[in-house]
Amino acid sequence: MSNFNSLAYYWPELILTVTILVAVIADLCYRREQSINVAWWVLGGLALTLFAVRMGGSSVSPLFMGMVASDPFSDFFKVLILLSTALVILMSFNSNELKDYRVGEYFSILSILSFGLFLMVSAIDILMVYLAIEIVSIMSFFLAGYLKKNPHSNEASLKYVIYGAFSSGIMLYGLSILFGLTGTTKFFEMQNAISSLGSDSNLALILSVVFILVGFGYKISAVPFHFWTPDVYEGSPTTITAYLSVAPKAAGFALLIRFFNQVFGDGTAMTSESWMAVNNLPWPELMAVLAAATMTVGNLVAIQQNSVKRMLAYSSIAHAGYMMMALPLMSQSGVYGIMIYLVVYLFMNLGAFFVLIYVQSEVGGETFNDFDSLGWKMPFIGILMTLFMVSLTGLPPTAGFIGKFYIFASVIEAGSQYYWLAFVGALNSVVSLYYYIRVVKHMYLIGERSESIGLPSSNLVTLVLIVLAIPTFIFGWYFGPLTDWVNQSFVIYQGM
Amino acid sequence: MNYLLSWIIWLPILGMVTIAFIPRDKSELIKQVAAIVSGIQLLLTIYLWRIFDQSVGTFQFMERAEWIPSFNITYILGVDGLSFPMVFLMALIGFIGVFVSWNIDKAVKGYFSLFLLLNTGVMGVFLALDFFLFYIFWEVMLLPMYFLIGIWGGPQREYAAIKFFLYTLAGSVLMLIAILALYFTCGKTFDMLVLMETAPVALNGMLWWGMSAIKVIWVLLFIGFAIKVPVFPFHTWLPLAHVEAPTAISVILAGVLLKLGIYGMLRINYTMLPDGVFWFAGALAVLGLINVIWGAMCALAQKDLKKLVAYSSVNHMGYTLIGMAAVIAASTMNGDNLISAQAGMGGAVFQMFNHGTISAMLFILVGVIYDRAHHRDIDGFGGLAAQMPIYTAFVAVAFFAGLGLPGFSGFISEAMIFIGAFPVFKTIVIISTLGILLNAAYFLWAFQRIFFGPANEKYNDLPEINTRELFTVVPLAVITLILGIYPRPFLDMISATLNVLIDSVVSLGGFTSAF
Repeated sequence: MSNFNSLAYYWPELILTVTILVAVIADLCYRREQSINVAWWVLGGLALTLFAVRMGGSSVSPLFMGMVASDPFSDFFKVLILLSTALVILMSFNSNELKDYRVGEYFSILSILSFGLFLMVSAIDILMVYLAIEIVSIMSFFLAGYLKKNPHSNEASLKYVIYGAFSSGIMLYGLSILFGLTGTTKFFEMQNAISSLGSDSNLALILSVVFILVGFGYKISAVPFHFWTPDVYEGSPTTITAYLSVAPKAAGFALLIRFFNQVFGDGTAMTSESWMAVNNLPWPELMAVLAAATMTVGNLVAIQQNSVKRMLAYSSIAHAGYMMMALPLMSQSGVYGIMIYLVVYLFMNLGAFFVLIYVQSEVGGETFNDFDSLGWKMPFIGILMTLFMVSLTGLPPTAGFIGKFYIFASVIEAGSQYYWLAFVGALNSVVSLYYYIRVVKHMYLIGERSESIGLPSSNLVTLVLIVLAIPTFIFGWYFGPLTDWVNQSFVIYQGM
Repeated sequence: MNYLLSWIIWLPILGMVTIAFIPRDKSELIKQVAAIVSGIQLLLTIYLWRIFDQSVGTFQFMERAEWIPSFNITYILGVDGLSFPMVFLMALIGFIGVFVSWNIDKAVKGYFSLFLLLNTGVMGVFLALDFFLFYIFWEVMLLPMYFLIGIWGGPQREYAAIKFFLYTLAGSVLMLIAILALYFTCGKTFDMLVLMETAPVALNGMLWWGMSAIKVIWVLLFIGFAIKVPVFPFHTWLPLAHVEAPTAISVILAGVLLKLGIYGMLRINYTMLPDGVFWFAGALAVLGLINVIWGAMCALAQKDLKKLVAYSSVNHMGYTLIGMAAVIAASTMNGDNLISAQAGMGGAVFQMFNHGTISAMLFILVGVIYDRAHHRDIDGFGGLAAQMPIYTAFVAVAFFAGLGLPGFSGFISEAMIFIGAFPVFKTIVIISTLGILLNAAYFLWAFQRIFFGPANEKYNDLPEINTRELFTVVPLAVITLILGIYPRPFLDMISATLNVLIDSVVSLGGFTSAF
């Protein structure tokens, strides 16, 4: 579709662009103390964008001469991105760390970041892929280093820049090999070209798969490209850590699903129940091993942490591993599983991080010991944190179980060649119980019933936490609406 | 009443919600609500018993409701002669447990809320006939147990609680994999009734990585259930959890939770993988034997009375395994001895129930002395019989019942198990009777050290067992005695169902060359 005609399908992004501009201009008009008000402009813009996404209908078409696709699949991820951005902005009002800084540009950068994520989930051209990843990365570097006076935050930002530049360089190299072999930058034309290549180019293809995985793996923090994660997550403002662990990860998975299954798939473009790798390239096996490594490393290292924030950072690596289990299956139910998991993960992981932000501001620390007897002192926070921890472990009747259930179900459905992966995943979720329940242990098993009960000081925090807790609980036993939504969203652009 | 089973399951949740609205300072009211709710639940199960048709071997009072149609998940409940005794046991022990916990003074509101939640979880497992529902209930039990041990437990409670949690979760994730494997290989359904028919056929001859699918699924499920039983070598969490848990939780743990494992094997492994039963029966009997001997030896070595009782549970559950293994006696290959199979299976189920009442009684009595003396060191007492004659009498009843003295229900079930298993597992039965001897040894020796001999000066003014405590022990003692003399009502209730079960195991399994 031509550039001009495409605009009619591009309302969400257009509104988001206007939001960014408004935020930047509004920021100029506010004084330093009042610059937090920019958040309301951004929130308003996000609400309008969400409305536009939902109104967009279920059209499936390529936009801007085949640079991005408009389809329900990307709309699904856009909703997730908007939701997590809005929640993180709401929670930022209560962040202690941000109090010393002018926060106007914090919110405008967040909205630029979500624009980058929008591009990432809808890109169908490798140029667009690279552009989107760079927008997201550079904005993330800013945000990670937002606490200028905090050396940890500076360190986080610098590490992030170095790792980011390095891995996107390698990815670019992989993409250029692919371009050299196929002579095109469009996903579907690439697939066509690859399937007609002879077996003598397999080596080059495998090389490019590996290089591209470096870039994508970095985005979703898969092992062994995860080394930046704990330090960046620990140094960044906790609101940003929460955001980085959810939104870019979701977008990264959207990109991975689209790119690998459509470019390195058998050309059915994910329309059949299950499909194969093009030219029998061994990328599914590679991905399966990476998934197993990711969750195992994430979990084993998470056990040893003393800081809850760092523990959650490693746990988010482990969760990326669980979701990656469904990637090599190349089946629709695997993709469903990832999509369901991402929704569930958004609620429970943001919930856990938000409780952490609240505890930081009330107790003043983020180690396990700072959670001591919190369940007795602040029952509301205690119960919610228990819910989020149980859900992250994946125990019924919480949403986390449903996410794991769909992932495991898709792995088992794929047949006996991936049973080992299901075992690794299952044992990993047992391991993860140990460190998640450790938070609960500190909250409840230490300390006694206290006479004074602390309720959250801010109504906004209460509201946000309840908004996150309700789906975390309800989706645990009534997940029909969730699966329906995912089902409707599984309409993906399939090429011309 | 159309939704009788749902009421039995969800009533405790109703109680939990009610308790949530009671101010936390009104602890008496909270206890009363818990007592009333579990009382009504007990009455409902008694009503269920009255209208339960013993002559039918299939499921009764079925309930069915749409849940998640897109994944073929349905809400199905039903009760038969295998699950009813367990439901009754849970209702009874849940009711008694409230009174056993009457002394709890730390965070009463939280305690009774979790207690009722645990009750719902256990009831749900016994009544669920949809595999997904079964699994949800199975897992719902874990968190309340963790808190009940971890918050209200003894000095090592944190370690005991996490060990219990990790062990059981490890078992249940393996079970989840098995459930999903069954789902995808046997017609995409979680409906147990359908799976019971399709699984034996669908899995026949299927190979995964060169291993028979039946064996793989059997072992996965078995490990999941064996951890709960607990079967040697998965038993190490049990003594710890028992010792650290508050009395009422030990009572529930020994009285009901251990049965979940056996129940699961009979309900799922036996019906869906009958071929596996024949493959595994020998191992089952051997594991049972190890449980019997190992449990008894460990019990003999204990200094802590509660640990002794805990190991006696390991010992008693061993008999159940031997009895279950006897089911293969009914096949043509192993002697076509239907009576044996019936005796073995009946004995196993009866033993489950008896262990429920007897071990509950034992734990309550241990709790009684612990409340007074604040320790459970067997050698730290002496001559208590003179101070607490009534208490001594009840401990005597419980110990004798535990060691399987004729006249108590434990004797009947153990005898049935030996009779049933003898034709197929002669050596094992002969060695395991040795267990009975050890059984008597540790109980009698402990009894002698605590109640006879020179009186310990320190305990000259120990108060006698009080009315509330008597109220918790007497019903259990009466049931043990009545069933010991006249077990007919119980056996009649389970026999129809067990006959169906034996018949399906023997007719569907054992002669295929699936492996």
